[in-house]
Amino acid sequence: MTASIATNQTILVVGGGIAGMTAALEAAECGKQVILAEKTPTLGGRTSLLYRYFPKMCHPTCGLEINLKRIRGNPNVRVMTMTEVAAVSGTRGDYTVTLKIKPRFVNENCTACGDCGKAVNAEIPNPANYGLDKVKAAYLPHGMAYPQRYVIDPSIVGTPDGEAAKAACKVNAVDLGMQEETVELKVGSVVWATGWRPYDAAKIQPYGYDRIPNVITSLEFERLADVRGPTGGKLLRPSDGKEAKNIAFIQCAGSRDENHLRHCSRICCMASLKQTQYVREACGDEGKSTVYYIDIRAIDRFEDFYANVYKDPTVSFVKSKVARIALNEENGNPILHGVNTEGYQRYATEHDLVVLAVGMEPEVTGVKLPDDLVLDSSNFIEGSKSGGMFGAGSAASPLDVNRAVQSATAASLKAIQVIHKTASTEASA
Amino acid sequence: MTTANQNAAAKYKNNFLKEVEANVEDGHMVKMCMQCGVCAGSCPLGPHWEHSPQKIFMMIRAGKREEVLQSDSMWMCTSCYNCIVRCPRKLPITHIMHGLANYAHRLGLAPQGQPTRDIAKLFWNNIIKTGRVNELTFSLAMYFKDGFGQGIKNAMAMQGVGLGLMKAKRLNPLEILGGHSCKDKSGIHKMIAKAREIEDRRKGLA
Repeated sequence: MTASIATNQTILVVGGGIAGMTAALEAAECGKQVILAEKTPTLGGRTSLLYRYFPKMCHPTCGLEINLKRIRGNPNVRVMTMTEVAAVSGTRGDYTVTLKIKPRFVNENCTACGDCGKAVNAEIPNPANYGLDKVKAAYLPHGMAYPQRYVIDPSIVGTPDGEAAKAACKVNAVDLGMQEETVELKVGSVVWATGWRPYDAAKIQPYGYDRIPNVITSLEFERLADVRGPTGGKLLRPSDGKEAKNIAFIQCAGSRDENHLRHCSRICCMASLKQTQYVREACGDEGKSTVYYIDIRAIDRFEDFYANVYKDPTVSFVKSKVARIALNEENGNPILHGVNTEGYQRYATEHDLVVLAVGMEPEVTGVKLPDDLVLDSSNFIEGSKSGGMFGAGSAASPLDVNRAVQSATAASLKAIQVIHKTASTEASA
Repeated sequence: MTTANQNAAAKYKNNFLKEVEANVEDGHMVKMCMQCGVCAGSCPLGPHWEHSPQKIFMMIRAGKREEVLQSDSMWMCTSCYNCIVRCPRKLPITHIMHGLANYAHRLGLAPQGQPTRDIAKLFWNNIIKTGRVNELTFSLAMYFKDGFGQGIKNAMAMQGVGLGLMKAKRLNPLEILGGHSCKDKSGIHKMIAKAREIEDRRKGLA
């Protein structure tokens, strides 16, 4: 079924986050055939797991809804979820790609009524909240999920829970016999919009992410602030559920560090400045945010945002990379140790909660990619030697949402050029 | 030594960073410091220093020659390597601190009576005599470095350990007569003299 639409006029976009959706749509709206392959059960990627965007502080649901509407209305885009690229062979204009599709155990009949979820007892860590809470093992990835279709976790297939989900479904959508499928397609160009993942904070040993409960990552903090998150939008700290009011943000947690990520992840300064405003939103004047930084890199037009946050009396700045975090055993507070570069005073400051502004690591780090792809020293995708494959969004460079969209549009145009070249070569032959 | 000191200063005028780059082990890495402060916060002896490594590096770049070379900071380093492990720019901080200590010592600017420096001098003078460390004379020299009375007190306090070592044949009392040396003692002396000559020529110390 999928094989019939694919020719070497088709563009494959790998990754269905904001960049992948954009790249696919820009090409599709130019009349190109596009396959949008996404590894997880839903489009939207990490953007859909943010509470608000900077600098306008609007919710990602807005931008995603517009893109999802465009996808729904465009027959040129074929969305394949739970799909990974297993192999790419061939050359510019004439690639053969092998895609692996994992079983969802739920077919197109699903109406997202939720009866299977109610029938199932088993729970799994909630991927939409970075595992901070649990969901039933038959679940809708999140409210904005596309396709709006439930997923059954493989762990309950073959168990009474799996059968219960099947029995509860009134529209015969649960298919526990689904198997992993492999399909081969011909495509002319590939856009890699594989995105990023947070750097593993546990590797930053002195910060104790793995042993101090009240040290969390900036992405987990996004979920705490979000009304759809595990705490319903309250900034409750993990150790005792107490409301966190005095919150520290540690910049360059993993970035600009030869021992971790060499590059500046570029988004984290703005992300922390944004998150200080979540604290203000939640606690008003009683909230207290402290940003520990090496340099604040609010790039180009974001300087205004920084200037406004700087004026906020609930926010203070300490020019220092925190050396280590200790735990106050009595109250669970993390204690930050370091030396302030402005005056060289030694400090040991207690906070209710510490948010590590973790760096962006390309999602493809450690993944075997086609030999033709060129990566930079931090594993960001520069493109292919023959010029038929392109990196887009945060797979290509550490970018925020806005710049990821720009990068994806550019990559899409390059892919269209490859398709046009192929088509004209064929026409003249 | 004073002439050497003046010569060294004149050569570089106000550019102390260049002087450090030329004469201090791994001194060329000082300019790579981005002043994040992780070394200062990670040092177990941090609160007991006059200047943290981060501050020392900034002082070098600011041309504060006397303050840096007279500082006791680099003598307080215990070589735990915490700073090197954590430095996001991979500066060999421990090595630079030892390099600075050595350079300050050679110029005669290092603080007088600084205990680490005293011990280092005793150790060096002890080991170059025979090519081997004479543990007995080295320990005694340490005990008596602050005067005869204090030396007796120190020796009395440590006599249990000394007797234990003797019983276990880890300490030979006859070593007090000069002790055993390495096979080619004069060869060692020549090597050290040559190394010193090369270093002096390179650093303009003479």
